[in-house]
Amino acid sequence: MKKGRASQKGGGTAQAELFGEETSSEMAEQKTRGSSKTSQLKVTKKNRTPSPKTPKSRGVHKVAKQREISVSEFFAKNRHLLGFDNPSKALLTTVKEAVDNSLDACDEAGITPEIHVAITQTQDDRYLVSVQDNGPGITPKEIPRIFGSLLYGSKFHRLRQSRGQQGIGISAAGMYGQLTTGKPMTIVSRVKRNKAHRFSIMLDTNTNLPVIKSDEEVEWESKHGTCVELELEASYKSGRHSVDDYLWQIALANPHVEIHYTPPKGDARTIARATKVLPAEAKEIKPHPRGVELGQLMKMLKDTRARNLSAFLQTEFSRVSGKVASEILAKTKLSEKTSPARAHRDAAESLYKAIQSTKIMNPATNCLSPIGDDQLIASLMERHDADFCAAITRPTAVYRGNPFLIEAAIAYGGKSFSADEPIKLYRLANRVPLMYQKMACAISKSVIDVAWRNYLVQQSRGAMPVAPMAVLVHIASVWVPFTSESKEAIASYPEITKEVKLAVQESGRKVATHIRRGRRLADQEKKKSYIEKYIPHIGIALQEILGLTDAKRTTTENNLKDILEKSRKL
Amino acid sequence: MATKKKNGNSIVDQIRDEASSVETKVNRGAKPAMKFPIRSLQNVKYDPKKGFFEMRGRKKERTLTVNTVKTFAQTLRMMSLSKELVETDDIATKREAYYVSKNWEEARFKEQPESDTVMDDVEALFGVNREQLGFIPEEKGGDVAGQLVVIDNDPSTGQPLRIDCTKFGSGAYSIPISVEQLKFETKAKFILVIETAGMFQRLVKHSYWKSANCILISMGGVPTRACRRFIRRLSDDKRIPVYVFVDGDPYGISNIYRTLKVGSGSAAHLNEFFCVPKARFLGITPQDIIDYELPTHPMKEVDIKRAKDALKNDPFFLHHKAWQTAVRQLLKMGVRAEQQALAKHGLNYVIEEYLPNKLANTKAFLP
Repeated sequence: MKKGRASQKGGGTAQAELFGEETSSEMAEQKTRGSSKTSQLKVTKKNRTPSPKTPKSRGVHKVAKQREISVSEFFAKNRHLLGFDNPSKALLTTVKEAVDNSLDACDEAGITPEIHVAITQTQDDRYLVSVQDNGPGITPKEIPRIFGSLLYGSKFHRLRQSRGQQGIGISAAGMYGQLTTGKPMTIVSRVKRNKAHRFSIMLDTNTNLPVIKSDEEVEWESKHGTCVELELEASYKSGRHSVDDYLWQIALANPHVEIHYTPPKGDARTIARATKVLPAEAKEIKPHPRGVELGQLMKMLKDTRARNLSAFLQTEFSRVSGKVASEILAKTKLSEKTSPARAHRDAAESLYKAIQSTKIMNPATNCLSPIGDDQLIASLMERHDADFCAAITRPTAVYRGNPFLIEAAIAYGGKSFSADEPIKLYRLANRVPLMYQKMACAISKSVIDVAWRNYLVQQSRGAMPVAPMAVLVHIASVWVPFTSESKEAIASYPEITKEVKLAVQESGRKVATHIRRGRRLADQEKKKSYIEKYIPHIGIALQEILGLTDAKRTTTENNLKDILEKSRKL
Repeated sequence: MATKKKNGNSIVDQIRDEASSVETKVNRGAKPAMKFPIRSLQNVKYDPKKGFFEMRGRKKERTLTVNTVKTFAQTLRMMSLSKELVETDDIATKREAYYVSKNWEEARFKEQPESDTVMDDVEALFGVNREQLGFIPEEKGGDVAGQLVVIDNDPSTGQPLRIDCTKFGSGAYSIPISVEQLKFETKAKFILVIETAGMFQRLVKHSYWKSANCILISMGGVPTRACRRFIRRLSDDKRIPVYVFVDGDPYGISNIYRTLKVGSGSAAHLNEFFCVPKARFLGITPQDIIDYELPTHPMKEVDIKRAKDALKNDPFFLHHKAWQTAVRQLLKMGVRAEQQALAKHGLNYVIEEYLPNKLANTKAFLP
């Protein structure tokens, strides 16, 4: 769960004026969220009056038209940005956000995850979704903000591999449920050695603040864990893009998870874990100098506690030693002793340029937790029962200063595939399957870009290859560059597409070896049967034409067999 | 052309020799091989003095390997079938031979074109006509009407039989598969060979042969071997010119006319007998399309390819400058015109105007 920094102001008493007049002051900043720390949301009651510093203040004399927009209002109107464009996708996104959070919480606490997902139909177009995990649980104090406020979370500002990263997901699902059914979200959570709490929470879209409808201590059978329940307007489908498919892929991407799933129609089922090995813990890292943009650098200079520039570089960034810091500063006209707070814009710019031209070690890789070759193979074999499976983990690479790592695995042959259909492509980002926008994704583009014919796999120009095969590509990164907030496709950074291609090509080569071996055996088998089929006819014809005796015919046939078999071996 | 009887033994001997060399090689522990002449336009040359496509003598060697073992077995079985046919003085059509192979289990042919190819290979291997191997085609030879008496033998009595080709009314005499035994009596001035049955019908209906004192022969597309041989024997025996009247398109020119005149690329060992070097091209020429303002159709992709191919690879067109000019002209015009297009000027325009006009100046005919 988004076990965020504890909020002192998590207002349990806020009025539920869902469509009131007052506005939050922070909305203008949310659009720059991606690149700057300034986006940290400091929604407080104090800020509920417009601040004179906001960019919109020039419109004061026209108050009726110019107004702040709250984060929640913005996303309520632009729900497609978060993956709620249609009823069936809304259902999937809700389950996905809840499950992602559960898995993140379990991984961080070192717990082998066991997740229960249940979907029940309450009305024609309404479904009740319930997701329960055996994670560490959330303290009652944190629950309201985590579930009742958008862009509140622990994952945005740190550089560490996790499934969620923005602090939008589950609260957006709650908001969508509230908008479509008017019902609050229910959360039951229990921290070890504490009583369980049941919360009923709504979200005030004007203020982006939680509204607690009820909070009570309850008896709960689990020792620790969290259960989220919410009702929403949705529709349930099976097949591609379905909740079923998503859970199946989640299990593929997280071989250590066990899922109990009760669909709205049909029998409850369990997807067993393929391994008991927990993923390695991912460490949090400081930003890499190369990944920082000028504006962010300026802000860091302002905020730092370091007394001089050399210390600033060494403490605020990863991979900067005293030597590297001097090297960077030597390229500027700045002194190592200069106070960061007094570095003006030009100084920051020269520092920024110096960083770009200095050789700096790549970011540490222990912040990443790949699935691992063995786990990938085990997982694919468990799910596909293929004839052959190969997996590759690439060394860590860097885009925009963010370390990332690509893993690829290919399962080939077996009953679960059809030879004349396009391959099954699994796109995973930080162990989360990507379900939508296949063709907008850097992974799909790179897979299509690979010259599959070199690996004895059919492919028409610019299309997915056609083979009895599944290709899985996983990108693990401290910050996965998605093309949108709904996290459906990876942006095409050249560093990323290059690594994906290399990983897929490498595993493709292994598959080609397998295919070639198979073909060679089949070929030999065919040739052998050829010899056995047709040599007798040569014997018959020679006997008919030359009037050979049966004995002579047999010798001739045997000699011929010897000649051909010998030549085949050579 | 040698008759079947006379050559019968030597064919059997040739088959036996070939089989025996295979057998000897195998039992010596070596890979057997058979040498086949290459049957394509690439392997023929055109000598205008001889007047037909002649084989250049390039051969491909088919060594017995794992990959060729099936064809090799089929070729030998086909040779064995041929030997049996010749020895028992029997015949089999190409289709029948294909059905015989159905008894060869794994070595059977899937489709008739496969067995036809093997048959053609065997034919070329021994340099004989397939009739000499005991195989006959099902195809019809062509139709004849006009000032000609064909003397054949009655199949049951062996007595000579006079066939008057003027006495078929609106029908015609059908050229038999084997024409070697035929004799001819005629006073016709020329033979007019026609591509389509439709045009032939028109000329027969209006007894064109009577007014023009000629023999009309319909080929019905690319002329069969029998048809080519019939025209050749008739024109040689009676020393009468042969004029060819086909559609004005690359198919009519390069496939039909060229095959009639100099033979084909795929059975080049037989062209010496199955061609009509004397034949001349009456029409429809590319110039006719302009002169007679004929209605046209645009050339199809295959037509253009065929024409370009003729200019580039066909020794006959490479030799005749006049033909190169004509084919280039046709390509430039980008259109084709059928024989029947003359009907634009009236149904009998062809009889009343076109043919008399053209025949008035036979020297201008394309070679």
